[in-house]
Amino acid sequence: MKATAIRAGFLTSVQDLGRSGLREFGVSSGGALDPHALRVANLLVGNDESAAGLEITFGGLRIRFADERIVAWCGGSFDARIGSTNLLSGHPALAQSGEEFSIESPAIGCRAWLAISGGIDVAIVLGSRSTDLKAAFGGMNGRPMRDGEQFPLFENPARSRTLIERLRDKRVAPWKPPHDWSSTARREPLLRFVRGADAKRCGPAALEAFRRESFFVSPDSDRMGVRLDGPRLERSDQADLLSEAVAPGTVQLPPSGKPILLLNDCQTIGGYPKLANVITVDLPIAAQLRAADVVRFTEVSLADAHRALLERQRDLEQFGRGIESQFR
Amino acid sequence: MDVTPLGDSAVLIHLAENFEDAPELTLEQVLTAQRCLSAAKIPGVIELAPAYTTVALFYDPIISIKAGAPSGNIFDWIEERIRNALSKVETTGPESVERSVIEIPVCYDIEFGFDLDEVAQRAGMDRKKVVDLHSGAKYRVHCVGFIGGFPFLGGLPRELATPRRETPRKEVPTGSIGIGGKQTGIYQIKSPGGWNIIGRTPLRLFDPQKNPPGLLRTGDRVRFRSISRHEFDRAA
Repeated sequence: MKATAIRAGFLTSVQDLGRSGLREFGVSSGGALDPHALRVANLLVGNDESAAGLEITFGGLRIRFADERIVAWCGGSFDARIGSTNLLSGHPALAQSGEEFSIESPAIGCRAWLAISGGIDVAIVLGSRSTDLKAAFGGMNGRPMRDGEQFPLFENPARSRTLIERLRDKRVAPWKPPHDWSSTARREPLLRFVRGADAKRCGPAALEAFRRESFFVSPDSDRMGVRLDGPRLERSDQADLLSEAVAPGTVQLPPSGKPILLLNDCQTIGGYPKLANVITVDLPIAAQLRAADVVRFTEVSLADAHRALLERQRDLEQFGRGIESQFR
Repeated sequence: MDVTPLGDSAVLIHLAENFEDAPELTLEQVLTAQRCLSAAKIPGVIELAPAYTTVALFYDPIISIKAGAPSGNIFDWIEERIRNALSKVETTGPESVERSVIEIPVCYDIEFGFDLDEVAQRAGMDRKKVVDLHSGAKYRVHCVGFIGGFPFLGGLPRELATPRRETPRKEVPTGSIGIGGKQTGIYQIKSPGGWNIIGRTPLRLFDPQKNPPGLLRTGDRVRFRSISRHEFDRAA
């Protein structure tokens, strides 16, 4: 069964949890910039958490369904509707055959992840359905969704069919995940980081300024990285390094003194010194940063980063078990 | 050897101080480390990514914890396992894996080699000499990375070294062969780039529909073979 993107919006792409094991061939991890949001949205509609959904940037998307589907979205502060009913983030809802899901431009943040029961049925390329926009493969032929385009969906799984029956009258489920999971955009967020592999080379002044100052998001930001304007961070050592691995979350400090926070579609290696690394659990907040947003950074220990990650995973597993009763 | 965190889900293992001094030896060291770390099957390890003097090890902290890593100190737990895996190397010595030479056909026509004249001028030789030198040398893949599996090749004849262009091109065509500093490389997908373009290969080196997607990996030996425009058209 297919759904139709009547309007594709500013930038909508098919994403799942991304690729691994291919860095030695220069293939980025890619995938949803907020994998947690996609996981949660998938669980809400009865999908496996790794099903492919849509990453929506700056809204403007309208989808018409050809059959009954459960949908749920998580992300920035968007206004979304199913038919004429408001659909808040994190609430699973029934879309009837012929009905439309629409999402407008956001008040805060810039991205949302939409899960559709069954999941999007595009070919798996290199172990994932994610669109690699820069290398142009995966998803819808390696490119963003286009106006009027149809995209295939897998059949509703049994769990989703149960939910469809339950939501026939109410349409929108009253239950939702914790608020900060479904609504991830923050005003002037504070991102936690661990010290980067080249923090010493960058010098104590650069690290100190990075902790203290506020930065502005440059318009020149995308799925590869967030470029930060604001005070210039002076490096004590101006030499670039021999290229070595970088990772999503890595904060590079180029000679310009303007840091770059790398996201999932970043190149696999880089030669700029690595001043810091934003911790994995805070990358969803970074994924909401848009031009002119103010952002600050605070240092935590690696052990704290790991504890936060473990806690997040336990909470997600518990949430998954908790909503099981809705599908029986 | 130095092991440093690269965020909360990866570590960088520095195996040598310098690459230029002994590229062949360093490359063997890196490849051996990659092999040993892969064989060690450290719980939680997702992948290994070699580059010049380093191997990056990406891991899933949750899996490492489930395998017994203390949640308050995963890094030390992983570092210990890395050092154990690599300590065996030093006692047995590096054993090089003999790799066959991969031949890459290149059409050095000026139509494809936008910067051939500039490279020739800088080197103080004619176009033909540049082609002879470039296609006569033996290369080794020092690193694969950037976008779409760009292979960085060492072994460029010294005379051909050319600094990167001041303003990178917005789009370099697929298959373009470039020179950037002391290295040569291949744009496997259409992308922006600042290297001096001297030719083009009809060979498709990166194909996401195949797994592995890339023909070249770190350590591979490479030669370029000069082909005519006619041969290029037939192969493309």
